[in-house]
Amino acid sequence: MSAPAAPRPAPAAPGAGPPGEPAGAPRAPVGRSWRAFAAPAGVLVAGAAWMLYVENSGLDAIERRSLAPHYVWEKTWEHVQLTAVSTLAVLAVALPLGILLSRAWARPGTPIVLAVADIGQSAPTIGVVVLLAVAFGIGFWTTVVALVAYGVLPALRNTMVGLQQVDPALTDAGRGIGMSPAAVLARVELPLASPVILAGIRTTLVLMVGTASIASFVSSGGLGDLITTGVTTQRTPVLLTGCVLIALLALLVDWLGGTAARLLAPKGL
Amino acid sequence: MTDTAPETPPGPAPAPPPDSARSSGAADGEDRRGIRLIEVTKRYPGQRAPAVDRVSLTIPGGEIVVLLGPSGSGKTTLMRLINRLIEPTSGTIVVAGRDALGLDPTELRRHIGYVIQNAGLFPHMTVAANIGLVPRMLKWDRRRTAARVDELLELVDLDPGAFRGRYPRELSGGQQQRVGVARALAADPPALLMDEPFGAVDPITREHLQDSLLRLQEELRKTIVFVTHDIDEALKLGDRIAILGEGSRIAQYGTPQEILLDPADAYVERFAGGGRATRPLRFCRVGDVPLRAVPEAAPGDDAAAVRERIGAAGTGFAVVLDEARRPLRWLFSEDLAGVSGPVGERGSPSAEPLRTRDTLQQALERLIQIDRECVPVVGARGAYQGTVTLATLQKALREMRERARTRRPDTARTVDTARTVDTAAGTEET
Repeated sequence: MSAPAAPRPAPAAPGAGPPGEPAGAPRAPVGRSWRAFAAPAGVLVAGAAWMLYVENSGLDAIERRSLAPHYVWEKTWEHVQLTAVSTLAVLAVALPLGILLSRAWARPGTPIVLAVADIGQSAPTIGVVVLLAVAFGIGFWTTVVALVAYGVLPALRNTMVGLQQVDPALTDAGRGIGMSPAAVLARVELPLASPVILAGIRTTLVLMVGTASIASFVSSGGLGDLITTGVTTQRTPVLLTGCVLIALLALLVDWLGGTAARLLAPKGL
Repeated sequence: MTDTAPETPPGPAPAPPPDSARSSGAADGEDRRGIRLIEVTKRYPGQRAPAVDRVSLTIPGGEIVVLLGPSGSGKTTLMRLINRLIEPTSGTIVVAGRDALGLDPTELRRHIGYVIQNAGLFPHMTVAANIGLVPRMLKWDRRRTAARVDELLELVDLDPGAFRGRYPRELSGGQQQRVGVARALAADPPALLMDEPFGAVDPITREHLQDSLLRLQEELRKTIVFVTHDIDEALKLGDRIAILGEGSRIAQYGTPQEILLDPADAYVERFAGGGRATRPLRFCRVGDVPLRAVPEAAPGDDAAAVRERIGAAGTGFAVVLDEARRPLRWLFSEDLAGVSGPVGERGSPSAEPLRTRDTLQQALERLIQIDRECVPVVGARGAYQGTVTLATLQKALREMRERARTRRPDTARTVDTARTVDTAAGTEET
């Protein structure tokens, strides 16, 4: 992006790949070779290798029960669901809010909303999820709410920053040639802000994968269950499997986010 | 028509009488494409002094009017009031015969071309998409839009095949600006607003773009409001120039010559200031000034006869022309002393001739370069037209100054005088 270096929230999330593509990359066809798929393939191979190794390392009965393939698979799937749903919920909140706050007339509200989002992110998530569980009972949606509270800030920030760093001369040109405010937003501002917004979504995704582990504290499943089980039963293989799978999932999701960002970013930037 | 809107006087000014009084006959046709600002004021909340204070300005249809002023003079603000990117606090704006304030601003802007510095092309759209934006908004179908895009690319000297599918960042600054102009012209609007469009390109490219704009204008006759802070650009492009001071006060509104030769006040004089003595040289053409007549001769002429002719004219020299009347040599009386028969190859070669469309400045430069007191001037097909000497230039400058001085008192009032001013301005642009 040639725009002035806007203060961007560091999108470098745990496990985020190289932050910037070389300048020429956006025009190069995506998936131009097998190399584009090397990362996910590596992740899958690593996951399979780890499972093979663990399953064949002389497990005792408790470990065998916790690491049964169908059980691990079920937990992984729950984790993916938690991640996907909470990410979608975050976007449903953060994108419209970010767009709204970038309108001139809504500027005064910006500090208030950012303060609330800041609180959401800085409050310890485990505390929040437990409090929510006490108030609304345990379950999938309680976890999603806690995750959303935690994850809104980066997506919101990136949306706002992305829209703010659009060259005012271009929005002016858009208005000057007779685009309605909605058209300026849809055809100029959002496309030009999309790389930054997409980076925010990628950050959110990775954040959600990691944070979704807390779901096990309120019995909402996910790979966090393996970790808690490993800790409470003092079974290191179980604990490690949970950690390794979450890390690999984060890598995979980050790759997905990166690919999506490359595919969806407008050409010509 | 020629409303030489004088400085908006502070204090209650009467409603604009000049136009209503004069808009008869020919003025109507012009008015249909022209732009009028009447008593327009823009006041920002929290600021005591208005940014634009009761400005009245008539921009005749089909002319380029340059708003010229230092930064902070509100020239851009004044321009943006026209397409309502800035809403005026009070006043009337008429664009192409319609009350701009009564229209939907979005709709209004689709019918006024808009060009900004750095072109303002959308980087995520191809050249074709950029140009086709307004036609698409006006619900033209795909094929008509595509045809129009190609036509416009041709018009701004870009090959449609090569440029249609490119993205703006693959274009040079000058090319981007051309596309910017094409985008503004897309829906064939009667008026064009240009906000320092050539401000950010290098001097050579700027020169090219200015020439292209003038050539386009000859063809299209749009009503153009052009904002710049560069006096040379203003002199080159403007049919009329409005010099703005604080609060968009119009210090002077007139043709380039009037501004240069007869500044209304000290402010204008300071603005038109540096190099004022030589500026007329830069925009007057050799073809517009009376050239010096010099005796002519052909290589076959008898030397004695030529000598006689030189003596009769009192010039001291003659010019030798070939059959196509192209200048070959200068022939001085000394060259012919004691010679009989045809003049033949005698004399000294004349320098590279000037052309009638060269500026007086180029003429002066040539005179200094060649170290001789005269240069031949040729017109179409290199045919000899006359001779330029330093005295010719001096005389032309003096006459221009005198013309401006005598014209001054009645310019603002009578249409007839204004017409003669127009003609003077017109010949200059050719």
